[in-house]
Amino acid sequence: MLSTEQLGVSLDNKVILHDTDLTVADEEIVAVLGPSGSGKTTLLRAIAGLVPVASGDIKWDGVSVVDIPVHQRGFGLMFQGFALFPHLDVAGNVGFGLRMTGTDPDLVGTEVSAALDWVGLGGFESRRIDDLSGGERQRVALARTLAPRPKLVMLDEPLGSLDRHLRERLVVDTRALLTGRKVTGLVVTHDREEAVLLSDRLALMREGTIVQTGTLEEILAHPADAWVTDFLA
Amino acid sequence: MRRVRWGWVLVAAIPALFIGYFFVYPLVRILSLGLSELDIRSTGVEARLLKVGWFTLWQASVSTALTLLVAAPMTWAVSNFEFRGRRLATALVTVPFVLPTVVVGTAFVALGWRDSIVAILAAHVFFNVAVVVRTVGTLWSRLDPNLHDAARVLGASEWKVFRTVTLPLLRPAIAAAASIVFLFTFTSFGVVLILGGFQFATLEVEIYRQAVDLFDLPLAAVLAMVQLAGVTGALYAYSRFQERHTATWALRSDQDRVRPVGATRFLAIGSVTVTLIALAIPLAVLVGRSLGTDSYRGLLESDRVVGIPIASVGNSMLFAVIAMLLATSIGLMAAAVITGREGGLARWFDLTLMLPLGTSAVTIGFGFIVALGWPVDLRASFWLIPIAHALVAVPFVVRSTVPTLRSIPGEIREAAAVLGASPGRVWREIDLPVVARAALVGAGFAFVVSLGEFGATSFIARPNTATVPVMIFRLLSRPGPASFGMAMALSVVLAAVTAGVVMWIDRARAGEIGRF
Amino acid sequence: MRRAVLFMVLVSIVAACVNAAPETPESLRLLAHDSFAEAVTSDTFAAFTEATGIEVEVIAGSDAGSMVNQAILSKDNPLADVMFGVDDTFLSRALDEGIFLDYESGLSGQVPEDLFRGAQGVVTPIDFGDVCINYAKDWFESTDTPVPTTLDQLRDPSYAGVLTVEHPATSSPGLAFMLATIAEYGEEGWLDFWADLKAGGVGVVPDWNTAYYTDFVPYGGESAMVVSYASSPPAEVIFASEPIDEAPTGVIEAGCYRQVEYAGILDGTSYPEAAGQLIDFMLSVDFQETIPLTWFVFPANRDASLPPEFTEHTTLPESPAQLDPATIAENRDRWIDEWVSVMEG
Repeated sequence: MLSTEQLGVSLDNKVILHDTDLTVADEEIVAVLGPSGSGKTTLLRAIAGLVPVASGDIKWDGVSVVDIPVHQRGFGLMFQGFALFPHLDVAGNVGFGLRMTGTDPDLVGTEVSAALDWVGLGGFESRRIDDLSGGERQRVALARTLAPRPKLVMLDEPLGSLDRHLRERLVVDTRALLTGRKVTGLVVTHDREEAVLLSDRLALMREGTIVQTGTLEEILAHPADAWVTDFLA
Repeated sequence: MRRVRWGWVLVAAIPALFIGYFFVYPLVRILSLGLSELDIRSTGVEARLLKVGWFTLWQASVSTALTLLVAAPMTWAVSNFEFRGRRLATALVTVPFVLPTVVVGTAFVALGWRDSIVAILAAHVFFNVAVVVRTVGTLWSRLDPNLHDAARVLGASEWKVFRTVTLPLLRPAIAAAASIVFLFTFTSFGVVLILGGFQFATLEVEIYRQAVDLFDLPLAAVLAMVQLAGVTGALYAYSRFQERHTATWALRSDQDRVRPVGATRFLAIGSVTVTLIALAIPLAVLVGRSLGTDSYRGLLESDRVVGIPIASVGNSMLFAVIAMLLATSIGLMAAAVITGREGGLARWFDLTLMLPLGTSAVTIGFGFIVALGWPVDLRASFWLIPIAHALVAVPFVVRSTVPTLRSIPGEIREAAAVLGASPGRVWREIDLPVVARAALVGAGFAFVVSLGEFGATSFIARPNTATVPVMIFRLLSRPGPASFGMAMALSVVLAAVTAGVVMWIDRARAGEIGRF
Repeated sequence: MRRAVLFMVLVSIVAACVNAAPETPESLRLLAHDSFAEAVTSDTFAAFTEATGIEVEVIAGSDAGSMVNQAILSKDNPLADVMFGVDDTFLSRALDEGIFLDYESGLSGQVPEDLFRGAQGVVTPIDFGDVCINYAKDWFESTDTPVPTTLDQLRDPSYAGVLTVEHPATSSPGLAFMLATIAEYGEEGWLDFWADLKAGGVGVVPDWNTAYYTDFVPYGGESAMVVSYASSPPAEVIFASEPIDEAPTGVIEAGCYRQVEYAGILDGTSYPEAAGQLIDFMLSVDFQETIPLTWFVFPANRDASLPPEFTEHTTLPESPAQLDPATIAENRDRWIDEWVSVMEG
């Protein structure tokens, strides 16, 4: 279980996050929903350990992780632009996390193939990143994030850069995959429909802090303020 | 993230120690030795300083401007079009850059160009065209042609497009190239000496005269410092321009060049041909003078008087390999530090690494004598030669690798870290493979720079293992037509080897960043 | 008691070490300029090594001026045991800085006195080279011009116009020739001489290379006379692509300047005795006789005989110009400045 307590993050003397409280229970998927500029990506990066925490805490199962370096946290992050390694092929990308954590090389191959099967890209092992379409890249990025079976999976605008048809198709597949693998997940998006389809619970973010959490129905029934109503309209 | 990264400290320490002990320390020692005896009131110093300083500044500026102009047509052609021989042309234009000045000077003199400012300027252009073609060309070939097309559709003529769209986008590269050319011409020595006669003295020539002929170390030290100030200024400008990247949305892969047609084709191929011919003339003179006197055979035969000149090729190769290995490893470490940390410290580190390119060879040579006797007496050591070569080669490695390193999106490194790669592992898994090609290019440059290095090599006391440029110089000082012919023949050998290596480098560059 | 024994053991170990330092070194370091170093082969010092068991390691230090300065800059911890190649234009500077250990070779008696230029007992002359005007025989014959025999004749434009000299600030022979004119005309008259040369159209180039290989008639240039060396005509014969009987060039004895090169022991060497032996070797007749064909200068030892190419194709002037090294050191800068203002003003 993930929890952030009064999390505050500043970059270049600007406050990006303040007093952010969020919890994600085991096997739960929470979607952080908010307009662009609200600090959603920074929240994910802070949890991953890529930006320093100015105040507050981040805990996993009650233990603070703030002092643990990025590469030892065991979280997964799927980047907005996918950030696939251009000099490695698909298998190289997907197996990267497994290699870093010292998995037996034989096992890596099996796990990579399994992960590619999850995303429907079985057989793509030796394909070059250059040659992949947008949808294929998204799925490779997802496979790479999931392959090391991280305890927390964070997805930053996972469908953001894809066209409408593709998005509609993939949102269903992605949700099915995450639920099927019993992932504890945090998804960031600016699209309300995607947020609802991908998650169990919403967390609305505005100007650097979480203003309300709950299911869509719960929030609509008892909105915290007028802005919430407007935003979800 | 808050812990001190010891890995970084080590990686930064090695290049820092190298440049600190083998460059900064000797420089400080020799300058303070000179300045300690300085009598500020000595007459004539100011007048001479002003005259020499002004001339140096003036000829460097004009040389830079001329080089940019002369190189422009060819740069345009090789950046924007694909045609047979394009790669060869780009490689050939680089050969003059690495030739020793004594060789080029002789060739120009043979053509009748000497004792004039025109000769000096022409020789400067000859050497430095390559810098502009490669630096500006790299950027130009990656500009998105859609921008050009959009401007045309909006009603701009070709010339207008060039002026209002292309040129502004090229500005960082043009400024970077100009700074480098300015640096080289500002510190020009051999060219000015051989082609200008004594009436034209740059700071470098004057430093030589004061330090060697007259042994007036105080005055030489003052001049050296003035020169350093000018050089630092040029380098500072260069580093600022380097940091201003052209917006990435304006860039694309440099693979899709078009074949030119019609009038454009004529212009493109024409400018390349004319430029290459102009550059080839002095080289042709060299070749011409080397033939006909059995000179090539003479290089191979053991002449009871001269020994075997071709043996100097072996020496040069050995030194070049050592220097290349040294420069590449140190340069890579330095590049890692420079790109790993933004801000003032990184920039000054970068700048300091480039200073050897602009420091008087006499000063460095004498600095070695004064400083390197302790803790180990390296003063007349075999190792000083590759070390001196590495000092001037490191900047080339850095310049080749930094842009590539900078172009790796930060996200990729972050993704690797999140997936479990420690900082050292990130470097090994991500940076190193990506930068490997660029490092190879840098290594190649280090190799040819070492081959052609003359200044520092000749001013350090060294064991009697002559490098090719030193051997050429020695042969030129010996009486007898045989020696002269052999000097020319050896120069041709040097030019050929250089051309070969540079062409090989360009093959290795084939896969640029654009592929990703 | 035990401490005393320990102390004595230590002392004897130290004493043994000190006494174990060899009197004869395995090798001696010889600091020389590039022109000398360039022609050194494994044979050059073989006889010395055979006789003494000492190898000779040559350290090259660019040109003569740089080399002397390197020696001066390192005088607290010399780079070598012996320095060779300091010539009379730089000798004074070296002597003033006190870098040499006084030495008089046993063979000094075989060296003509005037070659010492006052530095007897400190350094030893090893060779000398005469800087003389060389003329192209063909040109003089075909134009039916008499070869000049005095410096004064050069003032005439018909001679000055076909003469090329090197710039004294950048060329050693150029400097030597300038000194020759000063020796000839003195402080009062030498600048007038040069003014006349300039009016007559004399050519000035930065270095010997350009003068000889580009401007000189035998190499396609237009100057029938260039300032070069007395050893240049023999060199032409020796290196001719096809054997020739007569040198295409000759030497004009007027205006020759004798440059001497010296060898000295560097103060601070650990092996002064061996260093002296090396200097003696370089002054020995056997070594001296290899000098002309290796370095194209003349042996200082009068007992050394010259190879036939030298005796046949060139002449050594009887009384070449020579100036006192201290005078040169004191005035050189001013002289060059004055020369520049006349020639370029």
